[in-house]
Amino acid sequence: MRQHIGVRLHAAITITAVSALLAACGGGGPQSGSSAKLSGNKIVLGVLNDQSGAYSQLGGKNAVVAVQMAIDDFKAKYGDKAITKDISVVSADHQNKPDVAKTDAAQMYDRQNVDAVFDVPTSSAALAVADVAKEKKKLYFNISAASDDLNGVSCNKYTYHYAYDTTMLANGTGIAATQGGAKSWYIIYPNYVFGQQMRDGFSSAIKGAGGTVVATADSPFPNAAEDYSSLLLKASSLNPKPDTLGVMQAGADLQNVVKQYNQFKLKDKGIKLAVGLMFITDINALGSDAMAGTQFTDAWYWNFDQTNRAFADRFFAKTQARPTFAHAANYSAAMNYLEAVQAAGTDNPDQVTAQLDGKKINDVFLRNGTIRAEDHLVTHDAYLAEVKPASEVAEPWDYEKILKTIPADQAFAPPTGACHL
Amino acid sequence: MIGLLEQTVNGLVNGGFYAMLALGLAVIFGMLGVVNFAHGACYMLGAYGVYLLDHWFQLPFWWALLLVPLALAGLGMVVERVLIARLAPLDPLYNFLLTFGITLVLQALITWRLGPSAVPYEIPSSLSGAVSVSSFVFPKYRLFVFAAAILCCAVAWWLLTRTRAGVVVRAATERPDLTAALGINTRRWITPVFGFGVGLAGLAGVLAAPMQAIHPLMGADLIIIVFAVVVIGGLGSIVGSVLTGFALGVLTSWAAAYTPAIVSQLLVFVAMAAVLLLRPAGLFGTREATV
Repeated sequence: MRQHIGVRLHAAITITAVSALLAACGGGGPQSGSSAKLSGNKIVLGVLNDQSGAYSQLGGKNAVVAVQMAIDDFKAKYGDKAITKDISVVSADHQNKPDVAKTDAAQMYDRQNVDAVFDVPTSSAALAVADVAKEKKKLYFNISAASDDLNGVSCNKYTYHYAYDTTMLANGTGIAATQGGAKSWYIIYPNYVFGQQMRDGFSSAIKGAGGTVVATADSPFPNAAEDYSSLLLKASSLNPKPDTLGVMQAGADLQNVVKQYNQFKLKDKGIKLAVGLMFITDINALGSDAMAGTQFTDAWYWNFDQTNRAFADRFFAKTQARPTFAHAANYSAAMNYLEAVQAAGTDNPDQVTAQLDGKKINDVFLRNGTIRAEDHLVTHDAYLAEVKPASEVAEPWDYEKILKTIPADQAFAPPTGACHL
Repeated sequence: MIGLLEQTVNGLVNGGFYAMLALGLAVIFGMLGVVNFAHGACYMLGAYGVYLLDHWFQLPFWWALLLVPLALAGLGMVVERVLIARLAPLDPLYNFLLTFGITLVLQALITWRLGPSAVPYEIPSSLSGAVSVSSFVFPKYRLFVFAAAILCCAVAWWLLTRTRAGVVVRAATERPDLTAALGINTRRWITPVFGFGVGLAGLAGVLAAPMQAIHPLMGADLIIIVFAVVVIGGLGSIVGSVLTGFALGVLTSWAAAYTPAIVSQLLVFVAMAAVLLLRPAGLFGTREATV
């Protein structure tokens, strides 16, 4: 093991050293040339996410496919009028580790001439990448990380928080479930910045709606043992006994929790399941019946209307899977970035942000979307969804019933004032 | 009180997986001197085996429980003959790197063919449901896993102590040179022992499939903990590995229930560091590998 770590450390040091050297050789950086409209006469998009671990299903390599679809659609839309035909996508696996994410992002910006980084699940990794974006003055569109800090205390001029955040999830699911009869909660969460904010967001939403939080307990992240049985067993021995288990784990971790929740028959013991964050891939992995009746907040659903469905069909043809909201958001963010570059006539980040800030957008992902100029949060309509039992699933992947649309101004909180761009 | 009892039983179930995997690692290390890094990948293949048999042939769990470990044992023996035996005369590090490479290849193959996503597998209907004695309620399937783990360890113990083959294996583990000098062909036993260890990992994977998410990295995540178990128990010590597996299962279960997550996460590794400092040969190890 020590050798394995040694090799990785060595590689990381080498990469850092080389990127530092290249940055130094480049003088003022790629944007310094005033004559070129585009740095390096091309546009490179970088997808940085988990391609092998707990969050690889919800985004992963298929997010790269989604960004490539945006590039293809952009080229098809503008044809010869496009600012350039040389648009490409590169990707890297950050393994949900902030240090790896930081090195990868720096490498993308400095060595691969990436103009904008997309995705980056795992809030701790996303916050690290936001720092790199700020330092390098290059754009970063966060899609899959939910931490409010990205558009709060840790916000910066070059980072956009695109698809969803912990407040949206807590307000949607926490309030709806508490009003629907979930009065006393036992919350389990993965112990890193996302899980902690979900715990806090849900706790205040639940209390605001008249419920109580009996206890909270944390699980490690990443969870090597993949075992949640101890936390689940604890539920029925709590005093007072909770009526709802609030699960804040995500991706493959969520799948393990639900599997084990069903084994321990917690439903029969009078403890219902509420889920903080769920993707269509999670339901697909578990089977619809394992989750039937569970309500959760979704940022987008592939079979919601014809627009979504048309995108999902094209996506399915390439990946054999239906898109998660993260896939659709990666597409939308890449498309809107390219549109902004086209409108600005340059990929200079400062001029591109001037195009984006305050823009109102309706597209395949964003409904009533606004790129908030104050804190770079992208707000849009969200949805309260319920998992269908297998008997009601009409076709593969059609697992959700949309109960109601949560309007953008209710789904997201107003700017907190913590952000100074 | 019931809570503590449930946590303890649950710890024993989790410990069963550690014990089965550690047992396989220990016999392989004892007999071959090889630290089999691919053990986690064998566990993962076991879980995928039961899923694929169901997915392709609708073969029930019970058949998979029999067939998958046998198939993996066979595969393990082929790998031992074709690859591992060639590197045996060299520094043990070569075989460690070889098995590490095999791990990466297996993970990549599964990811390539079946995707990084977890695949679903249900608990067999005869074992779904829970056993309840007054307010003590526990899933039937988990109790079955515990019983299966105990049975495996008992059978392994019986094979090693009460059969002629076991006597030879133990002798060859302790003093390969002396055993060979007595005219016993120790080489003959190396391949079956490797197959046995791999089959055991496959069996653990089959048992885990209905309980946990089946995905390409499930073994890679677990194997680090199992290595720590083997080190604590004493490298090559079979009894040590099994007892340590169960004990650490219970301890981590208690820690997860009653302390912040960081404690249960660090527990195994702190225990490993302490044992290495105070008793470098492990709790049950002597200077040389023993049964």
